[in-house]
Amino acid sequence: MDFFDGSAPGWHALAILVLPLLGFAFNAFTCRTAFTRTRGHVVPLLAMGVALYCSLAIFKHAVIDYEPPARAAAGEQAAPAGGSLADPRWRWSSRDHGMSATVIDTGDLRVEAGITIDHLTATMLVVVTIVAFLVHLYSVGYMHGDLRFSRFFAFLQLFSFSMLGLILTDNLLLLFCFWELVGVCSYFLIGFWFEQEEPPKASIKAFMTNRFGDVGFLIGILIVGRLFGTFDLAELYARLQAVAEGSAQLPPLFGWSAGALLTVAGLCLFLGPMAKSAQVPLHVWLPDAMAGPTPVSALIHAATMVAAGVYMVGRIYFFFTPAVLAVIAGIGAVTALVAASIGLVHHNIKKVLAYSTCSQLGYMMLALGVGGYAAGLFHLYTHAFFKACLFLGAGSVIHAVHTEDMRQMGGLRQKMPVTYRTFLVATLALAGVPFLSGAFSKEMIVEHAILWGMHGNVAQWLPALVAIFGGGLTFFYMLRLMYLTFYGAPRDPRRFEHAHESPGTMTTPLVLLAVLSVVSVDWLPIPLFRGKTMPELLQPPPALASIVTGHAPEHGHAGLLLAFVVLVISVAVLLAGYTLYTRTYKRREPGPEAWVARFARTHRVLTNLYWFDEFYQATVVRLGSAASRAFTTFDVRAIDAAVNGVGRTGEAFAWFWGAFDRVVIDGLVNVWWHLSHAVSRMLRRIQTGNLQDYLAFAVGGMALVTLMFLFLS
Amino acid sequence: MEPRLAAYFFVSAAMFLLGVFTMVSRRNAIYVLMGAELILNAAALNFVAFARFGQPAALGGSPIDGQMFAIFIVILAAAEAAVALGIVLQLFQHFPSIDVTKPDRLSD
Repeated sequence: MDFFDGSAPGWHALAILVLPLLGFAFNAFTCRTAFTRTRGHVVPLLAMGVALYCSLAIFKHAVIDYEPPARAAAGEQAAPAGGSLADPRWRWSSRDHGMSATVIDTGDLRVEAGITIDHLTATMLVVVTIVAFLVHLYSVGYMHGDLRFSRFFAFLQLFSFSMLGLILTDNLLLLFCFWELVGVCSYFLIGFWFEQEEPPKASIKAFMTNRFGDVGFLIGILIVGRLFGTFDLAELYARLQAVAEGSAQLPPLFGWSAGALLTVAGLCLFLGPMAKSAQVPLHVWLPDAMAGPTPVSALIHAATMVAAGVYMVGRIYFFFTPAVLAVIAGIGAVTALVAASIGLVHHNIKKVLAYSTCSQLGYMMLALGVGGYAAGLFHLYTHAFFKACLFLGAGSVIHAVHTEDMRQMGGLRQKMPVTYRTFLVATLALAGVPFLSGAFSKEMIVEHAILWGMHGNVAQWLPALVAIFGGGLTFFYMLRLMYLTFYGAPRDPRRFEHAHESPGTMTTPLVLLAVLSVVSVDWLPIPLFRGKTMPELLQPPPALASIVTGHAPEHGHAGLLLAFVVLVISVAVLLAGYTLYTRTYKRREPGPEAWVARFARTHRVLTNLYWFDEFYQATVVRLGSAASRAFTTFDVRAIDAAVNGVGRTGEAFAWFWGAFDRVVIDGLVNVWWHLSHAVSRMLRRIQTGNLQDYLAFAVGGMALVTLMFLFLS
Repeated sequence: MEPRLAAYFFVSAAMFLLGVFTMVSRRNAIYVLMGAELILNAAALNFVAFARFGQPAALGGSPIDGQMFAIFIVILAAAEAAVALGIVLQLFQHFPSIDVTKPDRLSD
């Protein structure tokens, strides 16, 4: 508790935030020096290492040293939430220690940039810094000899900074800023090899798709600001709590009820995570984003950035009304199923993994939607490690065979033993094979989905069915991927001959991540969390919005019986997936070709990715093109004409005044000049230099004066 | 009968004009010098004439004043003639002529 009394967490968090930024600045400003060009990884690695150390320090104090409140009674629900926004004892806020900085102060609106550390923050910090550090390490080998080696690390650093800022900030507005920053880093890194054809297109697609979500997110933030007059999350929580207790009222807006307003705001806010976490129908950018370098796919598009959406939903969980949560659950379920089904047929190793990520993100959203707050975030935590491991493993394979097409791989098991073993561990963890980390989170998700189904109408069983069925799909497509890559006979002998195990900088992260995907939960006798479970740490905040809307959904408690049932179901589904795999690929009765022939129409739907891209091409892109053409016409016809008219008028005026200047002003000046010139020519004649002439003038003048004098007087 | 003051004026005016005319029209430096002498003497004649017919002694004047001025003018003329002849000699040294229209370097 000592650690959290002072300002030490703030300084740790600040170091975590600032170091990657400094690393980025260093690489960016010294990119022309020989040191950075060849050793561009040194400073970023150091920065990430120190940030990792600081994260672990925070994690140790916030999570490992945490003593959960005593349970009320055996079998009862745990005592009030620990570590969430509701419990100030386990939350460190920079505001309490005078470390917040005022960013905007305009009378009514006051935005303070601050840091909040609770269990969720600490967990996310560890996930992000570990994966980021390992990806940095991996990139040293993977990007070796690349033309823009140092720039790659600069972008990685900028991304790490943005992502960590997104986690640490305590403010919706700043969260949005960091949200956009990670988006732009993703754009930079997807299009990193911009000389090729695919990456620039993919980066623009990712950026544009995210725009749709971000506009909704921003509108949601503005509605929140309008309703509550604050963007600060803790304050927002306090005010919503006051509304829920009936001691405060929401300001009237459009004459809608408080519940309707909260639902609309929640739906708008959810659009952001929907695009960022690649939920159907805004998932189309994620598979294309695989055009970027593989470490980027591992860091940004598997472990961290796409999970930011899930994190965000968890962060403002108290704000979502049951209606919004139902939408989240539905979209998550659809995403989990659609993405997993595409994963069954795709031939590109990275894209199968991308659809798998998409599907798992769907699982997380589903979990959050059905009320499994801890389950969703727990899955985010476990998924980060094994999915990063899978991507880095895929990168190692691509590095060896120089293709992403699995039809040209096969038999790599002997050639790449380390990659194979780590890949296998991560695959089993992803599928949720018991005793690996994925199993714990996935079974929790299934439990909560079933609970949700049990306490609602028939449609509410959909998430549970999807969660159960999806487990089998996941195992099958991952085994198919394993088979096509590592087992069987080499299908391209030339590439097979060339293949070799990757260097140590690449295999070390693989091994570490594989180990983490086993031990990141608490079943081993390692006293990692000192007897606490992750779900215990990630207690959901009170569902305030549900109280406001008046019908808080009852949510049963997962008992031991349910857990056992779920375990049995999961194992059965896994076995089903495995049997299907062995029959299809090992014994070939029937082989995959026969399956394709039998389900030709379904196969066509899947290989065409449900025609999502064609749909967007026909609607959004065409509409956008038509609109931009119309605007171009307007621009040329109206705006340009007006501008040209103004220009021509100005030209005419300028010509007139030019002529006036030339004729009148210059004329006057010239006349004066000619006059004085003529007079001077005349007068210079009398300056003869002859004394006698001067004398004559003097005498003549004197005579004149005398005469004048005489006549005038 | 003794001539009146005006008669002296006429003579001195004639001498002055002749002197001026000589100075302006003659090219020879010696003649120009002589013209200057004429002007000086015209002035001296005026002084002497004023001394004779001019201010009565009752008004504080003295006949000696005009005569003194005449003598000053004669002395001045002598000094001037000496200096001027020196200049003419120098002129002749620079330009092998004493034509006063030749040294026109002051113009241009």
